[in-house]
Amino acid sequence: MIEERQILNQHDIEITIERLCQQLIENHNDFTDTVIIGVQPRGTFLSKRIITKLQTLIPSSPIQSGNVDISFYRDDLMRRDEPIVPEVMDMNLSVEGKNVVLIDDVLFTGRSIRSAIDALMAFGRPKSVELLTLIDRRFSRHLPIQPNYVGRTIDAIESERVIVEWKEINGKDRILMVKSEK
Amino acid sequence: MSNLSVDHLLGIKYLKKSDIDLIFKTADNFKKIINQPIKKVPSLRDITIANLFFENSTRTKLSFELAEKRLSADVINFASASSSVKKGETLLDTVNNILAMKVDIVVMRHPNPGASVFLSRNIDAKIVNAGDGAHEHPTQALLDAYSIREKYGKVEGKKVVIVGDILHSRVALSNIYCLQKLGAEVKVCGPSSLMPKHLDALGVEHFSNLKEALKWCDVANVLRIQLERQDVNYFPSLREYAMVYGIDKEVLDGLKEITIMHPGPINRGVELSSDVADSRHAIILDQVENGVAIRMAVLYLLAGKIKNK
Repeated sequence: MIEERQILNQHDIEITIERLCQQLIENHNDFTDTVIIGVQPRGTFLSKRIITKLQTLIPSSPIQSGNVDISFYRDDLMRRDEPIVPEVMDMNLSVEGKNVVLIDDVLFTGRSIRSAIDALMAFGRPKSVELLTLIDRRFSRHLPIQPNYVGRTIDAIESERVIVEWKEINGKDRILMVKSEK
Repeated sequence: MSNLSVDHLLGIKYLKKSDIDLIFKTADNFKKIINQPIKKVPSLRDITIANLFFENSTRTKLSFELAEKRLSADVINFASASSSVKKGETLLDTVNNILAMKVDIVVMRHPNPGASVFLSRNIDAKIVNAGDGAHEHPTQALLDAYSIREKYGKVEGKKVVIVGDILHSRVALSNIYCLQKLGAEVKVCGPSSLMPKHLDALGVEHFSNLKEALKWCDVANVLRIQLERQDVNYFPSLREYAMVYGIDKEVLDGLKEITIMHPGPINRGVELSSDVADSRHAIILDQVENGVAIRMAVLYLLAGKIKNK
């Protein structure tokens, strides 16, 4: 049996993104030395929303951005059954001396973020790296990684899955918690 | 996306079209990686690769070694000239000795056709054929087709002529398999004495006139005359070969624009004149760059099939 529960609807997501943007503006002012980097594949949807929102909030400041693909920086190539599908490494900028905001939809074990930081370093030595995530599944971390900006914190056990749906691919924006009983 | 259908890269003959497409797609990603400020990725950390070259090679070996190092694999190199093979050790013994050092992938070039197939049946490691006699040289064919795809956006429907010594060329055979699987039309051109008997079985036509071949094709892949493999004289002299089958500016004049490829090393003044080799028609150096990306893709995809590491 599969049990499904909605955590955030489209409206909640909009409000959350707006709040996250305000927090970013508080810390990054006019974004001159800031670069926003989405983590491929799913972090890029959130990063695109954040950038669009920031541009309406502070239209005079251009936002530098990119998307990082972590496929070749992962640590589980020989440990998984399914092959890793590489995405586009869309990094036409240097992060040298920049304040980087990494963006992903769900922070779970922290391994993807570890890979993303590794991949990021291939494009220069950033001044600082922060992490923004829509959902933080605390208590699930395998590595000492914590987000700086959080949309919603969720307590979930291993067998529960958090699914983030985006309008672009799923038809509407919403976040679900799915519990499958074995 | 699926996995490769094979566990080893022994020849293009054993690949499906979907395998080639997967290798190309992965190579696209690696091409971006090797143009980054930091070109090394940690994908193959903890994988050991042995490069066994029982036959001389400079560029293929360098290209493989660079690909392996960019993937963070540990690399050991072996050249038969300085080994116990000269003392009478068998291939299987040599390789088993190397495998006892816990090697995961073997990249091998060997003068005997089928050597890599033999190895894949007898040992427990992933095998990449880097050329076996006059049989196959799969990574070269992949990088050639990849370079055509890069230049034209696709390989399907393109007309490719392979010029030169087809008889002794593993590059030619692998190219024919690869291009045909991808939907290109392939013909060959060269003196009849350097054409293999099985051309018909491959469905490949032969031009004996160079000008006609060049008029027909979009891409000319020009091969070196492999004097070291020729045990008898197949043509009167290199000078005469160059006069009849050498491509220079004069031959290309008046034709539609075609792309010139060469797997290297070039014998300037024999199969290609310098003005053609250095012209904008030639994508010879792009081929070299693509070679690293293709070999990274092949090694990465095969390593993904190693389990319980």
